Amino acid sequence: MATVSVCQYQPRGFSFENCKRNALLEADSTKFGFNAPAARKTGTTICGIVFKDGVVLGADTRATEGMVVADKNCSKIHYISPNIYCCGAGTAADTEMTTQIISSNLELHSLTTSRLPRVATANRMLKQMLFRYQGYIGAALVLGGVDCTGPHLYSIYPHGSTDKLPYVTMGSGSLAAMAVFEDRFKPDMEEEEAKSLVRDAIAAGIFNDLGSGSNIDLCVITKGKVDYLRPHDVANNKGVRTGSYRYKRGTTGVLTKTVTPLNLEVVEESIQTMDTS
Amino acid sequence: QNTRGLRSQLKDSVPVTGLCPQAGPYGVQDTLRRGFSSVKNELLPSHPLELSEKNFQLNQDKMNFNTLRNIQGLHAPLKLQMEYRAARQIQRLPFLPSSNLALDTLRGSDDTIGFEDILNDPVQCEMMGEPHIMTEYKFGLL
Repeated sequence: MATVSVCQYQPRGFSFENCKRNALLEADSTKFGFNAPAARKTGTTICGIVFKDGVVLGADTRATEGMVVADKNCSKIHYISPNIYCCGAGTAADTEMTTQIISSNLELHSLTTSRLPRVATANRMLKQMLFRYQGYIGAALVLGGVDCTGPHLYSIYPHGSTDKLPYVTMGSGSLAAMAVFEDRFKPDMEEEEAKSLVRDAIAAGIFNDLGSGSNIDLCVITKGKVDYLRPHDVANNKGVRTGSYRYKRGTTGVLTKTVTPLNLEVVEESIQTMDTS
Repeated sequence: QNTRGLRSQLKDSVPVTGLCPQAGPYGVQDTLRRGFSSVKNELLPSHPLELSEKNFQLNQDKMNFNTLRNIQGLHAPLKLQMEYRAARQIQRLPFLPSSNLALDTLRGSDDTIGFEDILNDPVQCEMMGEPHIMTEYKFGLL
């Protein structure tokens, strides 16, 4: 009758019950001969810039699980509110859940205040949540949007620090993308120029970093309009085979041919409809 | 067994007494109700976040009440704490999950969503406490 549920309430939120067991398993993994499954990361290049009328966010589309590509076309630009979008690098599940939670909170907040949400609000909510979990939630984010005070761009690190800058890059390919930005960024660019700069920065990340690859997604946010271009550019096309290895009929000469018919009797025929609901 | 075989992140944890208050009514391990104990479980938290998460709501409330006291005087947090205490008493039977709606409204967490609403939602818990035992425990008869 030693029921645990008699005295202890079930704690809501994260449960740390299995942490000790997991630590022991990992410490003894050589004895058991297996490795713990690796979390799916986005091993990414994400970036954003502020141009004359708004912000342009860019991301690649590869998701990795250790050394294997888990998803060749995943979407890393997440919706936060109609005027705010967020790119996520780090552990894929963490970025997904964090942006969804903040999106719901922002929606409730904007319903309470009857105003379009501000980018600074989303930034503040994200940094307070990430700091609360002391970096254990591995989400590195690039948050951008246009609100009543103008276009804003923030980068948010997993431990909860944020930077408000005109151009930011995050992820494993951030150095390659930042190199392109540092070379060609100018304040108050036109939209086409800004889009091509972001496209080149993500392409630099895709071709020079193993953790990034596949296509380039762009999101252009201006006052009252959002262009979600997915894919904006398919940088890595799967190669086309130049030759065919099929042999023509008659390459191998036929010596003899015998045909043996298998006479089968139909004993019973029944039809079962599949449950395709 | 070597207790230092735990992962390095557990080395950051400081041993804390009373992490799992296992003392029953007689001051010793209440094996009947809480099961067998382990010194390791009591001393080291299993995750560096475990302590801070367990006390998160309490610490937030303390911080807010302190700020309120500094701004508006002692009466403000006192009145609010009285209301919290009243709202906390509105519960269902011990083995049923309570919505805590009044408490949430007072705290302002009725229009926010966090991990505590998504993960381990008590409404979706697969275990249920034994009703008779739990009501008897609540009344102190057990």
